Amino acid sequence: MTAKLVLENLKHKPMRSLLSVFLIAVPVTLILCLVGLSRGMLDDSARRARGIGADIMVRPPNTSVLTLSGAPIPEKLIDVIQRKPHVALAIGMIVHPVTSVTFVSGIDLAQFNRMSGGFKYLKGGPFQGPDDLIVDEYYAQQHKLHAGEYVTDVLNHRWRVSGIAEGGKLAHLSVPMRTLQDLTGNTGMVSQIFVKADQPANVPEVLAELKTLLPAYSIYTMEEFTSLLTVQNVQGGALSTFIDVMIGIGVVIGFAVVLLSMYMAVLQRTREIGILKALGASRWFILKIVLAEAVVLGLGGTVLGIGLSFAARALILALYPASLTQAITPDWWPIAGAISLAGVLLGALYPGLSAAAQDPIEALAYE
Amino acid sequence: MSEPLIEIRGLRKVYRVGKVDVPALRAVDLDVPPGEFLAIVGPSGSGKSTLFHIIGGLTPSTGGSVRIGGQDISSLTDAGRTELRKKKVGFVFQKFNLLPNLTAADNIAIARHIAGRGQTPEPEFEEALRLLGIAQRLNHKPAALSGGEQQRVAIARAIVNHPAILLADEPTGNLDSENSAAVLDVMRDLNRRLGQTILMITHNPEAAAFAHRTVRMRDGRIVG
Repeated sequence: MTAKLVLENLKHKPMRSLLSVFLIAVPVTLILCLVGLSRGMLDDSARRARGIGADIMVRPPNTSVLTLSGAPIPEKLIDVIQRKPHVALAIGMIVHPVTSVTFVSGIDLAQFNRMSGGFKYLKGGPFQGPDDLIVDEYYAQQHKLHAGEYVTDVLNHRWRVSGIAEGGKLAHLSVPMRTLQDLTGNTGMVSQIFVKADQPANVPEVLAELKTLLPAYSIYTMEEFTSLLTVQNVQGGALSTFIDVMIGIGVVIGFAVVLLSMYMAVLQRTREIGILKALGASRWFILKIVLAEAVVLGLGGTVLGIGLSFAARALILALYPASLTQAITPDWWPIAGAISLAGVLLGALYPGLSAAAQDPIEALAYE
Repeated sequence: MSEPLIEIRGLRKVYRVGKVDVPALRAVDLDVPPGEFLAIVGPSGSGKSTLFHIIGGLTPSTGGSVRIGGQDISSLTDAGRTELRKKKVGFVFQKFNLLPNLTAADNIAIARHIAGRGQTPEPEFEEALRLLGIAQRLNHKPAALSGGEQQRVAIARAIVNHPAILLADEPTGNLDSENSAAVLDVMRDLNRRLGQTILMITHNPEAAAFAHRTVRMRDGRIVG
């Protein structure tokens, strides 16, 4: 009977109920999108790193797992590494930012093909000249590029799109290493070196050898590197803190929305609260009804928020397939639900308590 | 003569309005035997409604005693008065006061739910519903019912838990003469056939004539 009363109350003011659900859904969607984007982009980075086919990566000293700046490693180091025991192949790569989230990789295509098995071309093919550019399918879709077309908005250089490749290897854009080195003033330098061992069993030995050889460098096995690509590791935990702040904002928004909504509902239903009290309803019964209404709004907001996170993902995929990758994070649904419920219960508490404390005679006289 | 169901002695109620004490009841004495249909009449401000509110446990008294079925309710806490409203009294109001979001049936059912009783009323309630003549209108919400029907649903809700006392505050005040007569007939039938004790506030002498006895109030006192 209580459930029926709660549902009928919510149905009685459908616009207020729907608006509350929508406003509660907004922070839920924000939280899920933020976590999804963080995780999606990190997963994408890990997938692309694994796509290179290397066992070990050598990165410059004092480099974070997520960012590379410039090309501080001398190219001649590649030959030194190549000569070490059990090293099947060592290749260098230069990475340069095009926008804040898009990078271009400079590669020796023949060496890269040996290590990774090469690109799988959907259109066009490999570099034919020094000013050729290979883009992945996502970048091509976002920028509406076709093989054979020329582009000039990458590093202010005129490139010919030689091929459009399947995504998942390197950055979204790849150009010949020499060209990128010269264009960025890094001739003879690379950003990182990838190493493949002759046998998987020899990876620890090669790793130890490289760490002895280059003690200041950041050297990881690929498993180790990809496992470091977590929200907690980004910018010294800054992303994790940012997500926590967003969660806090979500709780505050949920709290404020429900506080206003339920406060208004309690005012509108003053007389009904008086009727219930005249029938013998206890303070707890009245409080329970207000809290139950808030919980229904919170659950509705959570479900809608989850739905909207799918819609946001579809929108991002359609508009920015190469720039942003949003993962769907079902493990965060109960967390977002709990956050939303915490907010709405806090928000409903004051209106609920004030409703429960109303004087029945005054409430019955309310017009 | 049987033991009074309601026994009121020296009942006083003072409201504090700003810094001024306003006496609403000044030493009221009243006995109501079980099964009586009592009308309380008097001008506005005479203390009728205050007397009702105290008997019904909606507000505490300032002094004196009120015993219902032998229990002194003047010393009850807020929770105690809530229990009294739940189990011993049923209210009928001038403005019907049905919950607008629920059907007539649910308005009756929620009173049972609050009292901690099952969904299905006892068989004798069917007799009451027959007397009230609303069996065909139970699935409608209050907005779809006439004033007379709403008041009859309110009466059904008030008696569904078999209260010792039915308190009716101007039950015909918002009804036309035809519906007023129907509601008063129903109340008289409930009193006669089911032995329901009824206290009714009214301004209407014709309504008061339906009662066994009429008590007059003025300036917070019973004057006749």
